[in-house]
Amino acid sequence: MKLLSQVKTLIYKDILLEWRSKHAINGILLYVVSTVFVCYQSFKSVDTLVWNTLYWIILLFAAVNAISRCFIQETGSRQLYYYNLIDPRAIILAKIIYNSLLMLILSGTAFLIYALIFQNQAANTGAYLLAIFLGSMSFATVFTMVAGISAKAGNNSTIMAILSFPVVIPLLIVLIQLSQQAVAGEALTESRGDVGVLLAINIVTIAISLLLFPYLWRD
Amino acid sequence: MKKMWWKILAVIVISGTIIGGLLGPVPVLPILNETIRNVYFHVPMWFTMVFLYLLSVIYSIKYLNSGQRKHDLMAVETVNVGVLFCVCGLLSGMLWANFTWGEPWPNDPQLNSAAIATLMYLAYLVLRNALEEEQKRAKISAVYNIFAFPIMIVLLYILPKMTDSLHPGSGGNSTFGDLDMDNNMRPVFYSAAIGWILIGTWIASLRYRLRMLEDRQQDQ
Repeated sequence: MKLLSQVKTLIYKDILLEWRSKHAINGILLYVVSTVFVCYQSFKSVDTLVWNTLYWIILLFAAVNAISRCFIQETGSRQLYYYNLIDPRAIILAKIIYNSLLMLILSGTAFLIYALIFQNQAANTGAYLLAIFLGSMSFATVFTMVAGISAKAGNNSTIMAILSFPVVIPLLIVLIQLSQQAVAGEALTESRGDVGVLLAINIVTIAISLLLFPYLWRD
Repeated sequence: MKKMWWKILAVIVISGTIIGGLLGPVPVLPILNETIRNVYFHVPMWFTMVFLYLLSVIYSIKYLNSGQRKHDLMAVETVNVGVLFCVCGLLSGMLWANFTWGEPWPNDPQLNSAAIATLMYLAYLVLRNALEEEQKRAKISAVYNIFAFPIMIVLLYILPKMTDSLHPGSGGNSTFGDLDMDNNMRPVFYSAAIGWILIGTWIASLRYRLRMLEDRQQDQ
């Protein structure tokens, strides 16, 4: 119970900090919108396969940019302060949940703009939204831990990209497969296997993050 | 001499499988023809790679628990040798694919997965170079190594099985064991796998001992 209340406080703190400054979330939303426009200007019209893949690639880069910043504030003296007060597992759990929320907002906005500009080509929009929901969660779980690692390596953005891309590719393959089925208009029951694999990868990633973060955190 | 037995065994087994693999009887199959002999060399490379990566994860876990430098050195040297075996696996596979599938790099999920897994471990090596401080480097790279391993397992063993692949054992293809390998091939194949795993471990342990010696020299 103590862990849960700590997680709740930390998430509240993150949201409060974000709400006060706002420039980070606005920046990343603007990033997504302008990327969609750049793609629209260069592609003009797309077929369904490109439509689906392009969306996930835009989201991938937005996610790397959004999440790589998440440990920037937690350096030096503030970390020492946390170290005395709370369980490291609470920190990583709070970050994962906060980043999932952030990614949900981000991918939701991106989908709205994307569907508006490129037209919604998903025959089964409900299933597509489910894929987006799972994708946001998966990106958040994987990138949060990698952001923690790259923060320790001096917050180098190249390190963040090379560490996270190979790890996220399996997720991306399953996500594109799942959403492609949604685009083709197949019923959700057809893609139970993909959903299962995604959930399994997420659970494993969260479990490993919880186990490993205490070691990563202690300097 | 007591500790030498597995190295001698490895040399004998590998020499045996090279001779037996190139000269022994194989079933006559369409498309594959004589290239089926590559199964003695291509597949054991992947077995050895996964075995070495597994060793590396075990030593990374040990390092996080003990903080001893020798565990970190073992973890990185097994990855180094694992990457070497991965390159050998890719090269022998490309050679084989060129004859049976018509091109060295067909768009096959198993191939792409193997390439991505290689990227993962190259990233691990780059991460190590990016960190200056020794203990920090050891700890952070151990964390990444453990974090990446289960995802690599998903990549290599679960995803290719879910889609259509040219490789045996996925997408409705039968496995090699069911159909193509007859009883003359089995003993050679299994001993090749064991032999290459031993050789890989041997190379890794040599490199590890060299690193330990260099360390001791610097301390003096």
